[in-house]
Amino acid sequence: MAIEINGKSFETDEEGYLTNLSDWEPGVAEAMAKEDDLELTDEHWEIINFLREYYEEYQIAPAVRVLTKAVGKKLGKEKGNSKYLYALFPYGPGKQACRFAGLPKPTGCI
Amino acid sequence: MSEDIKKFMYLNRRAPYGTIYAWESLEVVLIGAAFDQDVSLAFLDDGVYQLVKGQDTAGVDMKNFSPTYQALGDYDVTKLYVEKESLEERGLSLEDLMPLTYEDEDDDWAEKDSIRVVSRAEMADIMEDQDVMFSF
Repeated sequence: MAIEINGKSFETDEEGYLTNLSDWEPGVAEAMAKEDDLELTDEHWEIINFLREYYEEYQIAPAVRVLTKAVGKKLGKEKGNSKYLYALFPYGPGKQACRFAGLPKPTGCI
Repeated sequence: MSEDIKKFMYLNRRAPYGTIYAWESLEVVLIGAAFDQDVSLAFLDDGVYQLVKGQDTAGVDMKNFSPTYQALGDYDVTKLYVEKESLEERGLSLEDLMPLTYEDEDDDWAEKDSIRVVSRAEMADIMEDQDVMFSF
């Protein structure tokens, strides 16, 4: 599978995750969100960027439980809860947000 | 602790690169952490090299996954037993290992060390105490 953006092709796996993390650019997240009928706001980007930083530091995409805790610590308690994160990413903050961020499927997501 | 909680130990005996065992073990630990069991890791023999700091995999063309050990605390995996004799036989000591910590929820989130260096005899006792062992 692949995503086409302005004539440029981005390879994805069978679940829609980007094959090469280094291919990622913001347009990839925009295109994936559009397919999911989602408009990306600053709040979405805050989480997407957070995930990219987390991956940079730990080399894994965090499980949703770990993501929730880490967001609470970094961005404040009012954001570190499943209600807030699921409102932003209805298909699951772990899976959907990681996909938008160009990360692999979260390790420890079941 | 409820009766449903079992003591799971993951045994790591191999060098981090060259085979897939170390990375596979780490992934299984992170996935298994979702099940709320009492998890610990043991590092023996060449497995102690998995925790050595300053790893650089550029020459072997493999992903350097050593930063991922830092995430174990976030996954509530806070007991990493390292065998003292295995370190010594390789000319290593605790100072050669990555500092790994976790925040203790029951102690006002105090930062504590996850790595515990234990003797071969102590390690045997810890293993004896487990319900389930996974060997990598």
